Amino acid sequence: MTENSLMLTISAHNLSRNFGSYTAVREINLELRHGEVLGFLGPNGAGKTTTMRMLTGNLAPSSGSVEIYGIDLLDRPRDAKMHIGYLPETPPLYRELTVNEYLRLAAKLHRVSKIKICSALDEVKLQCGLKDMGKYLIGSLSKGYQQRVGIAQAIIHDPDVIILDEPTVGLDPNQMREILSLIRNLGTKRSVVLSTHILSEVENVCDRVQIMHQGQMVFNESMTGVKQKKISLEEIFSQLTLNDKTSEKI
Amino acid sequence: MIFVIAHKELKALFNSSLAWTLLALMQLVLAWIFLGRLDAFLEIQPQLIQLANPPGLTEIIVAPVFAAAAIVLLMATPLLTMRLIAEERHNHTMTFLISAPISMTDIVIGKFLGMMIFFSVIIALVIALSISLLVGGTLDFGLLLSNAVGLFMIAACFTSLGLYISCLTAQPAIAAAGALGGLLALWAIDITMNDVNNIAQDFSIFKHYENFNRGIIDTFDLVYFMLFTLTFLVLSIRRLDGERLRG
Repeated sequence: MTENSLMLTISAHNLSRNFGSYTAVREINLELRHGEVLGFLGPNGAGKTTTMRMLTGNLAPSSGSVEIYGIDLLDRPRDAKMHIGYLPETPPLYRELTVNEYLRLAAKLHRVSKIKICSALDEVKLQCGLKDMGKYLIGSLSKGYQQRVGIAQAIIHDPDVIILDEPTVGLDPNQMREILSLIRNLGTKRSVVLSTHILSEVENVCDRVQIMHQGQMVFNESMTGVKQKKISLEEIFSQLTLNDKTSEKI
Repeated sequence: MIFVIAHKELKALFNSSLAWTLLALMQLVLAWIFLGRLDAFLEIQPQLIQLANPPGLTEIIVAPVFAAAAIVLLMATPLLTMRLIAEERHNHTMTFLISAPISMTDIVIGKFLGMMIFFSVIIALVIALSISLLVGGTLDFGLLLSNAVGLFMIAACFTSLGLYISCLTAQPAIAAAGALGGLLALWAIDITMNDVNNIAQDFSIFKHYENFNRGIIDTFDLVYFMLFTLTFLVLSIRRLDGERLRG
């Protein structure tokens, strides 16, 4: 177990991404260990989503490397992707499928064996509060439930690394609390990267916090470190991300 | 994994009314043509008897129906292929497929396979139409087979082209228009060609189909169709792979 908890699940080095002449992400480093929840903060347009897309193999980095469980994502994408569950900013849902059909498809695509699919489906529905929703068409569900289905598809194959891009958007406060406790539970056995705008979420759930601004990593500290220094995340966040913006505008 | 994608594609297809509408309309149009040819056959039948080696039911009725089926497929394919990739992009579901541990090749081939299974249903219906002639006559099964193979091959060509064009855009409507334009252009080569020994003849998709239509299964035609299909499948895979690099 000790060996397990020391193991690096995600390790990204000098990750950069250019879109034409615009640099969206500049040489960021990111390391995550087993059982850690990483809060990924930053203003809109800071490059969070771009980074997450690179970590999940949706976007090839311009330079740098990504390793998932020691497997190079660029060299062996299929093996590496087996370990990842990803919820993008817009949940990738097929509106014309029912929740059960969709989740079963997600399980099959992630190579969950046939025998396990049924139990995985039941478990994930229970975890995400979708127990009675199985037979509904996804298109007919409310935004909050759609978001839960999005989370469910990311964890159905029991991945070691879960990457969630703003998972609590569009949820009411109760649902938000449920999802956050789910994430905390998931984080005990796996690694979770959680991008969000809500600082209190990070304070409650995360073990470590990183702040991105204008494509660079400007802050990286463990949550205990933040608490020891008795600084509030809100202050740090505005200090680090507000200055440049205002000076830029002037 | 290919079959998982193909299965998903078929499910999406038959969940929508588009597939059923198309199947019904195509069958209606083809049955109409079929009956028209049957009428013509009955009219000329007395004269046919006087010929030493008269053409049979298959030549007069079945072959023209298959020729018409190719044209109908040309019109219908863009409507079916437009959604393949463009709609996935439009609905942000492409991420779902790309994040899964499958390769672009699996995605492209899976989608292609799904479409081909659907087209097999259409072709089976056309064959069923032809077989109904057995009630009052005999059929040349060799010619029927060659026609069916030809229709399958030409459907594969249409699908691969439509699939590639669907990879180029995020708007299904544009993908449909593009594929229809491309296919009509292929048809136009055939119409504008006046000379017999024209080099364009070798490139015309319908000229190759014509051979199958007459009952000739030529390796040149087979290779042409396979290369055509393969080319656009490879282009599709490369296009999608390249997208991760370009963003």
